[in-house]
Amino acid sequence: MSDTAIKLTPFVRQEYERDVHVPASIAEVERELPFAERLWNAPWARRALILILLALIWESYARCPNVISDLVAMAWHGNFTGFPACSANPLLFPTFTDTMTSWWDGIVSGVIPARLAVTLRMLVMGYALGLSLAAIFVTFAVSTRFGTDLLSTLTSMFNPLPAIALLPLALLWFGLGAPSIVFVIVNSVLWAVALNTHAGCTAVSETLRMAGQTFGLKGFRYVVKILMPAAFPAILSGLKIGWAFAWRTLIAAELVFGVSSGSGGLGWFIFENRNTLDTANVFAGLLTVMAVGLLVEGVIFRTIEAKTIRRWGMQHG
Amino acid sequence: MQQPRVVTGVSSVPEPAGAAPLVRASSVTLQYKTPDHLVTATYRVSFDIFPAERFVILGPSGCGKSTILKAIAGFLKPVEGEILLKGRPVKEPGPDRLMVFQEFDQLLPWKTVLGNVMFPMIENKVPRSDAEKRARDAIAKVNLLEFTDVYPHMLSGGMKQRCAIARAMAMKPDVLMMDEPYAALDALTRRKMQDELLQLWNDIRFTLVFVTHSIEEAVILGSRILVLSPHPGQVRAELNSPGFAHEARGGAAFQELVQKISHMLFGDRAGSH
Repeated sequence: MSDTAIKLTPFVRQEYERDVHVPASIAEVERELPFAERLWNAPWARRALILILLALIWESYARCPNVISDLVAMAWHGNFTGFPACSANPLLFPTFTDTMTSWWDGIVSGVIPARLAVTLRMLVMGYALGLSLAAIFVTFAVSTRFGTDLLSTLTSMFNPLPAIALLPLALLWFGLGAPSIVFVIVNSVLWAVALNTHAGCTAVSETLRMAGQTFGLKGFRYVVKILMPAAFPAILSGLKIGWAFAWRTLIAAELVFGVSSGSGGLGWFIFENRNTLDTANVFAGLLTVMAVGLLVEGVIFRTIEAKTIRRWGMQHG
Repeated sequence: MQQPRVVTGVSSVPEPAGAAPLVRASSVTLQYKTPDHLVTATYRVSFDIFPAERFVILGPSGCGKSTILKAIAGFLKPVEGEILLKGRPVKEPGPDRLMVFQEFDQLLPWKTVLGNVMFPMIENKVPRSDAEKRARDAIAKVNLLEFTDVYPHMLSGGMKQRCAIARAMAMKPDVLMMDEPYAALDALTRRKMQDELLQLWNDIRFTLVFVTHSIEEAVILGSRILVLSPHPGQVRAELNSPGFAHEARGGAAFQELVQKISHMLFGDRAGSH
């Protein structure tokens, strides 16, 4: 800076003080948006529209799967001989309406619910067993340093392994049937849940831990009353990941072999109907798989979230 | 040393001659481990805390004042000396010595304000109806009545601290410990909270152990101030504060005491802070 630089000095300005009054009537504070705009702002409305569009596209494609390729072929050869006639191919691609009819028939006749029940029973068994094992592992891991190392080593070994890859081994050990399926489900649930729960427990703030201890909580009561609820967001996300892994693994395992004591699950339903070339039923089976997945993720887990971590303001990200 | 003077509006009581202290720390040396070092936080610190005192532990960072509080709470064992509560050595954390922390996350996020205040009582077998009544009283005392059924994440920082104070008060502990509870608050809220705490003390007359690094806060809140020197913490002085009403803060007597403590802590470099 040179010596000649001019230093600015602030003006001395008039001071003032005012009474603040609330404006009595601002003409319009808020106005409801038009109905169409509010509808468009609702996510379910937009999703419903997408579903309707997809159904329309599906229906028209399934009725005339040949049109596009025929038109392309004509253009290629340069001899346009009029609009191609539709020829549906229900073996490869059933129409939306056929699929819905098959689905409805399957549900009404009790076939799909029965298959679903078999599948869900497997799932509950595997899920419960996986969670219990995870609880044991995590208890061990939070109480000793060796347990922590054991858990982190095992999870880093088994977490990247798709549980379905263990199926051949499971077949060898447990044979065809429920135990094999439960084995692979346990493997898909256990590591995801244990990893998340442990991470959640270690992330509980030191302040909260000390607060819990000053209240005189120790041992099991301390874990149940302080640690578990404080780690609940992580535990819940572990449960969600575990569920997603388990559900996919289960259907895949059932596709490989679904027969246990004479009746298979949903995966087997899909496989069976493919064998008999009843493609509409294959689609119905797939839709059931999706519907259950959506129901559990979108309704059950979302309700738990809304009732717990979102109400407590504990949801991060 | 000045004669003991007591907070405005309270008649002076002479220092108890044969009375037993509530908390007695005798020659307490505290050490803790970091991954690389063994740190000596305090060296042979002794003090007595008597019932209904507002005992402030004051010192710059690194004087081990929070460590002392943790030791009274029972999280840390002295390597030398001992800490007695009502004549018995402190062994582990317990609900007779509740702590209000600096951090806002000391409340249980899954419980409402009422649930939080009731929690320690329920866990210590106070009957539910009793606990609820005491909790509501405590919540009223800290002016949180209209937030009784609100979850902590909807409270401001000051309200969270009030709730934590109510939670500790409702339990009627022998000692209420506060570890820089207002350090993370803005200046205006802090001032308000200090006045509320004094008001609360005036109503109930609990025993308060308050840790701070602010000389002003110590002088405003304390009836007895333990001044610690840093690295490792050693007792530099124990002073009485007469208790300053709002108007007297910043006055000559107030400034004098602040200056005196400043000189003890910082020697000639002392400013007014």
